[in-house]
Amino acid sequence: MSMTIAAAGAAVPAARERHPEVFAAAARRKRRFQIALLVLAAYLAWSCWLFEITPARVFGGLDKMAVVLRQMVVWKDMASWDYAGIFEGLAQTLAMAFLGTLVAALVAVPLGFLGARNVNGVKLLRWPVRRLFDLLRGIDTLVWALVFVRAVGLGPLAGVLAIMTSDTGTLGKLYAEAVENVDRKPMEGVRATGAGALQELRFGALPQVLPVFLSQALYFFESNTRSATVLGVVGAGGIGLQLSDRIRVQYWDQACFIIVLILVTVAVIDFLSRKIRERFIGTSNA
Amino acid sequence: MPTGADRGSGPIDRVRADLDQLRRQRQRQTLIFGAVFLVALALSIDFTRFLPDRLAAGLPRIGSYLYDTLPTLDPAVLFADSKAEGSLAYWYFNLPNYLQLLFETVNMALLGTLLGFAGGFLLCFPASRNVAPGRWIAVAARRITELQRAVPEIVYALLFVWAFGIGPLAGITAIAIHTSGALAKLFSEVVENASLRPVEGVRAAGGSWFDEMRYGILPQVLPNFLSYALLRFEINIRSSAIIGFVGAGGIGQELYYVISFNFYEEVSAILLLVVLTVMAVDHLSDRLRQGAIGKESLA
Repeated sequence: MSMTIAAAGAAVPAARERHPEVFAAAARRKRRFQIALLVLAAYLAWSCWLFEITPARVFGGLDKMAVVLRQMVVWKDMASWDYAGIFEGLAQTLAMAFLGTLVAALVAVPLGFLGARNVNGVKLLRWPVRRLFDLLRGIDTLVWALVFVRAVGLGPLAGVLAIMTSDTGTLGKLYAEAVENVDRKPMEGVRATGAGALQELRFGALPQVLPVFLSQALYFFESNTRSATVLGVVGAGGIGLQLSDRIRVQYWDQACFIIVLILVTVAVIDFLSRKIRERFIGTSNA
Repeated sequence: MPTGADRGSGPIDRVRADLDQLRRQRQRQTLIFGAVFLVALALSIDFTRFLPDRLAAGLPRIGSYLYDTLPTLDPAVLFADSKAEGSLAYWYFNLPNYLQLLFETVNMALLGTLLGFAGGFLLCFPASRNVAPGRWIAVAARRITELQRAVPEIVYALLFVWAFGIGPLAGITAIAIHTSGALAKLFSEVVENASLRPVEGVRAAGGSWFDEMRYGILPQVLPNFLSYALLRFEINIRSSAIIGFVGAGGIGQELYYVISFNFYEEVSAILLLVVLTVMAVDHLSDRLRQGAIGKESLA
């Protein structure tokens, strides 16, 4: 083995002489890579200066994190924990995700049809619907939650409204795209029987898009369970409120318990939602 | 009933009976699902107090709140200086501060993405089943990345704000850890789909495991890695804009402040800037991604 490598090494100068352009290209690539590394290093150094990241701060913080992690794994006085509050928070979180997704999906169906090019041919009517979708989903769920907490007060209602608002935008956009992708033939068939425009949508388009609608809504229920767990951080109820309260008063063991609880819940919801999707839509679509 | 017994024995009748049974089974399942759905709905409404009277009381307030956040723009003095009420400059009187915070936000996302890329890059090779140096290393690497991505960024931010103090460092660390887990998963999926023939070639030439990864795998997967990292950067811009809610730096901190203190017009001013920034970054990264993938697919 080493013989062949040595032999190949001896052949390199000859090859370099015969094909200088190949070696020049390799050298250029190498130089470009080195320049990129230099730029990267300069950027890292500059951002350390910008954000005042010093070794003392980093290592001091890591020391504190080590203390936190140690306290997280030792669960003390478990009998005295407020389990009722924690599990009520968890139930609120699931309820927020469920209701928020459900209402958003229901609102998004008519809006999705209105925003689809093949249903709503009037560009002047379609444009505001599409921009509404952009606006609703362009603002993060957490921002909506903060706004709704100011408007309707602390509690899970603000969370439901926040999930509903941002998901109406995302689902509406996805639904509109699904409607635009339907096969026209069933709709033409329905029209040929003398049906009106609404009947054409009901019997020609809806059966095609309903599985897509349902599947998307289920996906969003999954992802909303994740986002609903943190909405409590801004006061919109649920398990996030319990978690941020415990972090604030430094009950690290209880915080860790809640984080584990969230992870388990999310995994269970993912599993159930996959089962439901397989049951209603078939594995090929899921 | 002799005729009934006769009918039950024919093949068509057997099919019909099977069909009836299937239909009944289907109906029963639908009924169960419907009942579960209704119970879940009732419980959810109860848990969240999503009740008509509260909605009727809340919705007008939401409307008036959103109306209040809209700026009062007067066409007559639209381009006047910030002293004139109704001008654009009056609405955006705090623009230099916003721009500085936006700059900080974008840099937080960029730094978090870079660090997360480094973490995901290092973790993805041991986490890929086809190239991991050992089964237990693969299992361990996978568990680490799962833990990294399963905990939401804002929860990490809450922890790090306590550890590092209020400021961007907590946000950057939170974004970096979450990004590392998310990218490691995507990266290892790419690695698992890579061809192993170059790896065998490198091994036959006497290369170490690191040589196998560097010369056998990396050239195949790098364009996809870059594309995923850019996608993640788009996501991280959104996160870094809100991670300040818990004190982890960026424009989110200012947004939290103006919403909490009801500085209505500033809410819309900041939100508009954030949405525009997100859209601009999306557009830019879209162009870059097409460049990264397009060039490689020609080669």
